[in-house]
Amino acid sequence: MLLDVLFWGLGTVAVASAVAVFVVDSMARATYALAVSFVAVGLTLLLMEQGYLGVLVVLMMVMEMAVMGVYMVMFMGMNPALMPMSMVHDKRAALVVSVLAFVVLGAGALLVPWPSRRGLPDPDVTAALGESLMGPQMLTMVVVSPVMVATIVTGVVLAAGRTRYDRFGDDLDVRPPRDPQRGGVGR
Amino acid sequence: MPDTVTAAGPWGALLAGVLLVVLAAAALVAEGVLAARARGGPVGPELTRPLDETLRLLRQRRRAPVSADLLLWRVAGGGLVVVALLMVALVPLGNRVVADLDVGVVWFTALDVLVWALVWLLGWGANAAYSLVGGYRFLALALAYELPLMFALVAPALAASSLDVAEVAAAQDDLWFVVWMPVAFVVFLVGVAAFSVRGPFTSPAGADVAGGVLCELSGVDRLVARAGLACLLVAGSAFAVPMFLGGGAGPVLPGWLWVLLKTAAVLTLLLALRRRLPVVRPELAMEVGWVVLLPAVLMQDLVVAVVVAVRG
Repeated sequence: MLLDVLFWGLGTVAVASAVAVFVVDSMARATYALAVSFVAVGLTLLLMEQGYLGVLVVLMMVMEMAVMGVYMVMFMGMNPALMPMSMVHDKRAALVVSVLAFVVLGAGALLVPWPSRRGLPDPDVTAALGESLMGPQMLTMVVVSPVMVATIVTGVVLAAGRTRYDRFGDDLDVRPPRDPQRGGVGR
Repeated sequence: MPDTVTAAGPWGALLAGVLLVVLAAAALVAEGVLAARARGGPVGPELTRPLDETLRLLRQRRRAPVSADLLLWRVAGGGLVVVALLMVALVPLGNRVVADLDVGVVWFTALDVLVWALVWLLGWGANAAYSLVGGYRFLALALAYELPLMFALVAPALAASSLDVAEVAAAQDDLWFVVWMPVAFVVFLVGVAAFSVRGPFTSPAGADVAGGVLCELSGVDRLVARAGLACLLVAGSAFAVPMFLGGGAGPVLPGWLWVLLKTAAVLTLLLALRRRLPVVRPELAMEVGWVVLLPAVLMQDLVVAVVVAVRG
């Protein structure tokens, strides 16, 4: 009973704050409405006794929204982020796409013949999750992580306006580097 | 040291809250006294300063700048206290704990990320330039301290093979983690000072930006925000006890008293150090965080992982 109340309460909060994302007129409010929605989803995962996954969703989403709010406010052109502004554009197409997506996903969730449970859940679901994620796929993970790091570094290098020649001079021998801002470790 | 902890119930939760507020007030008194002695002023008025400030701010009329985002602003100020309460809920006091989560360490990390959002919103909500500058300073510092802080918490969890705070404390029966993971301990303390805007990390609320995130706050709003930051300092110090200082382990005295004594010791250390360290500029903190702290704490994690693997 209590679980049902919590589940439906959290579900309502998740949907209502997701709607709020498009209704409010401020970038910060939209961002944090989205964060509230994700936190409600994370807490719903806790109801399923997926402690680690639930807490992780809360952690990642709050962090992501905090960083996103910053970047949106910092990099939006003509500085509208500090002013009240509409959070929707291309309303008709967006409405059609989102209603379609909702109907398809909702119908899928309701119509798929879910299998009934065989056996009991593992006593330590966090360890079981780690085993099933990292056990057989360890090789994949080991390959994927350096590739991801390399992608991030490459992306930053390609996006940065200044190259090492700007920093260290034509012969790469200027020390300390000519940076617009001093680093904190005396370089 | 008992291996298992039992839930403390609603009265225990209330007691934890009261202890948090009392310790926060004590920390503020200590801060005031140290500041008064440093400038050679009278110490007497500092002893009742938190009480006087509370009474003054409760009587003060709340004001807000034009078109401030009142909802987000006030949520942010009040949220800091809530985050601190949720943090101390994880700390076992003797064999009682308010929230016995099997992923308590991750929960703590999620909470300290929540502080990012709250402090930035505190700066944003006021709709004032200095506040916003303060909010952005905090985020710049956060990008510097957060990853080292997270990896610092990996070390004790790894050594205890558990994310449960009580089990991490119980795993230190023979040797406290602070002894063989000093780097992680120091980095954790840096993180605590940073997320409670203390010591070298006061620039988000610095005098050079007229108080930064705190600058437009008045009345009860200012009270809860300042109390929240002080409570965060206490909550972070309290969390260091089960993580690095053996929890309630200690001779003669009962476990709960040891937890309080160790929390007070960590607090004293942080407060004593803050007067000896200069305030760091956010852009300098960034490079220190990523070039010094992060590799250092990763090496610490590696050492711990090797020790755990060798011990089996």
